[in-house]
Amino acid sequence: MPIKAEVMDAGDLRRALFRLSREIVEHNKGVEDLALVGIRTRGVPLAQRLAGLIGEQEGTRIQVGVLDITFYRDDLSLLSPQPVVHQSEIPFRVAEKKIVLVDDVLYTGRTVRAALDALMDLGRPRLIQLAVLIDRGHRELPIRADYVGKNVPTSRREVVHVLLKEIDGEDRVVIEELSAPSVGKET
Amino acid sequence: MAVWRHKHLLGLADLTAEEIELVLSLAGPCKEIFGREIKKLPTLRGKTVITLFFEPSTRTRTSFEVAAKWLGADVVNLSVAQSSVAKGESFIDTAKTVEAAGADVIVVRHAIAGAAKLLAETVRCSVINAGDGAHEHPTQGLLDLYTIKERKGGFHGLRVVIVGDIMHSRVARSDIWGLTKLGAKVTVVGPPTLMPPGIETLGVEVAYELDAALARADGVNVLRLQLERQKKGLFPSVREYARLYGMNAERARRLPPDALIMHPGPTNLGVEITEEAACDPRAVITTQVSNGVAVRMALLYLLAGGKEDGLLS
Amino acid sequence: MDYCLKGGFVVDPVTQRQGKLDVLIRDGRIAAVGPELDPAGAEVFPVAGLHILPGLVDMHVHLREPGREDEETIATGLAAAAAGGFTAVAAMPNTDPALDNPALIAFVLAQAERVGGVRLCAVGCLTKGQRGEEMAELGELVRGGAVAFSNDGVPLPNAEILRLAMEYSKIFGLPILLHAQDAHIGREGVMHEGRWSTVLGLPGIPALAEEVAVARDLLLAAATGAAVHIQHVSTAGAVAMIRQAKEQGIKVTAEATPHHLILTDAAVAAYDTNTKVNPPLRSEADRAALREGLTDGTIDVIASDHAPHTLEEKHREFALAPDGMVGLETSLGLVLTELVRPGLLSLDEMVMKMAVNPRRILGLPEGSLTPGLPADLTVVDLERTWRVDPGLFRSKAKNTPFAGRELVGKAVATFVGGRLVHRE
Repeated sequence: MPIKAEVMDAGDLRRALFRLSREIVEHNKGVEDLALVGIRTRGVPLAQRLAGLIGEQEGTRIQVGVLDITFYRDDLSLLSPQPVVHQSEIPFRVAEKKIVLVDDVLYTGRTVRAALDALMDLGRPRLIQLAVLIDRGHRELPIRADYVGKNVPTSRREVVHVLLKEIDGEDRVVIEELSAPSVGKET
Repeated sequence: MAVWRHKHLLGLADLTAEEIELVLSLAGPCKEIFGREIKKLPTLRGKTVITLFFEPSTRTRTSFEVAAKWLGADVVNLSVAQSSVAKGESFIDTAKTVEAAGADVIVVRHAIAGAAKLLAETVRCSVINAGDGAHEHPTQGLLDLYTIKERKGGFHGLRVVIVGDIMHSRVARSDIWGLTKLGAKVTVVGPPTLMPPGIETLGVEVAYELDAALARADGVNVLRLQLERQKKGLFPSVREYARLYGMNAERARRLPPDALIMHPGPTNLGVEITEEAACDPRAVITTQVSNGVAVRMALLYLLAGGKEDGLLS
Repeated sequence: MDYCLKGGFVVDPVTQRQGKLDVLIRDGRIAAVGPELDPAGAEVFPVAGLHILPGLVDMHVHLREPGREDEETIATGLAAAAAGGFTAVAAMPNTDPALDNPALIAFVLAQAERVGGVRLCAVGCLTKGQRGEEMAELGELVRGGAVAFSNDGVPLPNAEILRLAMEYSKIFGLPILLHAQDAHIGREGVMHEGRWSTVLGLPGIPALAEEVAVARDLLLAAATGAAVHIQHVSTAGAVAMIRQAKEQGIKVTAEATPHHLILTDAAVAAYDTNTKVNPPLRSEADRAALREGLTDGTIDVIASDHAPHTLEEKHREFALAPDGMVGLETSLGLVLTELVRPGLLSLDEMVMKMAVNPRRILGLPEGSLTPGLPADLTVVDLERTWRVDPGLFRSKAKNTPFAGRELVGKAVATFVGGRLVHRE
């Protein structure tokens, strides 16, 4: 797939995360009972970075969990073979926590819907908020993000690709063009 | 990582090492559900799993039932008494009825080897072999493998002893296929009259004497002894069997300190294993039961989802 | 009607006459064999490019009548035989009721008479009701028309009964066809005991089950001097013992089936119940020994053990399905394709084992194209390529593991007593 445009470079990404971390603290009036949960795969390093930034600002350690939403996907009966499932690792009780879900791209909203269900099955959080690096529109469910790194208008024929150092070796966000129409896999 | 392309699971003989590892890697996330307050996933919502048992079994059937229910499937249990089979109720007929009742997955247990394959050839839905005669019991094999992997980290170079009635054991066969594919060294131990001919061609060592094999074992799987075998003259007495091949405290002492004691259950305490040995800190018999639910969840996930294209039938 | 078979290639190992010769059939008998014969009023039957063999005989078939007419009848069985190139068959007595009295023998012969095609040789039970407990009325069976006695399908656990029957059978000079299998070893088995039974988890029948019985039966034959014929030999050990017995002058003959000569227990791997036969398909080594026995003369006869079963009976769990496969319509094609074509067996030897020897054992007229003999002959197209399609069988039953297999060589005409009973 050819890269059509670069949406963010490493500096943009760093600044966006810094702003998001500030907004999260401000909006929650501190970090009491706050925990971050990253959605696999690229929500996880983002959650860890945000937790680091918030921790530095507030002089404390913010807990981070990892959520695999595969069991909760609504498109399993359309997929073959079945996607691989990884472990969810939530090292704290979610009950009565303020949880910030973290993902890289918000698209149809279906991943977030699955993540909300998955989280609720682990207990009853006091509240759940959503932080995403990119909101590219085209929602199919009534879901919106509380914290957005950048709004990027896209067409459905495009794919937004968030590259992260931890996984991809570089920090960068690009838009690629699909040759065939998107099947809505990217959320 | 391997890609799962099987429509049925009839035996571990049919799987590659990579496919077995795939199931085992999925069992981990499934086991996470055990610690939850709400043990219910929406994954198989709207799917129907029918357990079709022509042989009495509470353990395996319950394990499948729990696994399917935790994944959100509807489960219907059907036990077909041997008497109605004797009355001439045909297996094919029963199978077709069960399929017509809306099964997405049929879990089948039958006293005759090959029955699961016959079912798979008859119905359009997925079939999981929950034990067919002395052929295979692949989910038991998988849970044994998962238990070993969980405790030992891997299989390469591991020495596993399987002791007992190898001849009539589907568990032994599934274990042998799985363990040898994953790189473990297997020794089967039992009286020659309960040792199937040509078993060494499956890549295992054969021994008639247990103590020497135990001394260097990383794990020992003690098979259940069907007491009716004695009546057929395959060994002289239960007493003699227990003395020669029973797992007891003294033999447990010979086992290396980090070895595992496994048993597929239900145990004949005092026959193939004493209560003392079954309660040894190295015994993982109840862990095997929980792991059974986890691997069956993994398998149901792999088989019940997805469209049919791209699957091997 | 009289026929003159013109332009064919005659194969007659008995007279050693071989070549492009015409055969004249008159009044049901062979009238002349020679080059460029004058039909002299007989209908000319062109057989250019085809081989004319003495009429083949399958000395081991199950026609199921009386009792299991849903599996096969004498009419459908004989039609299958004609289509397979056989001019006579020996029908085993394990019907329901078993052929243990002259009335039943007479019934079977009358049914065959009514069909009026392939000859049926009736084999009578060796013991009453095939129970292995008491000798059957062998003399009465002979009076009814039996040509041999057999325990086919049922092991004889009591060696004394067999010893007495062998002694007694010497009155009639008829052979005893023995299904040599121990009554206890491998009794619950459903396939050959070996690596495959272990892999498949199916109870095995060790080679020993046959060999223990063959050893015993050969000792009894030696002691009594009776003529015995070991049916469907399947193991290397049995071949060796029979070879040795022949060297010692014991009156023993032996047969092997096409399926034991061609398949091994590996064919069972997919739990195909059509591969379930008794004796079971054996190991590679057993098959090799059988083939060796075939070429060195230890195995005298190839017979099919044609065992028809309904679809319902076979479409079920492997261990519960009945033993047996049909063979009449595949036997010749399989032997030609798998044994003659690769050079394991010459056409002459095949004729010996499928026409001459069975006739000699059963006391039928010689299998030869000699003037004066009944005109039983099989016309074969050695080059005909065809695919086994059970849907086209004349047999009622379709239970064959060879379905879909491509074969080269087929019977295209069968004459019995000068009558054309099959033609393609």
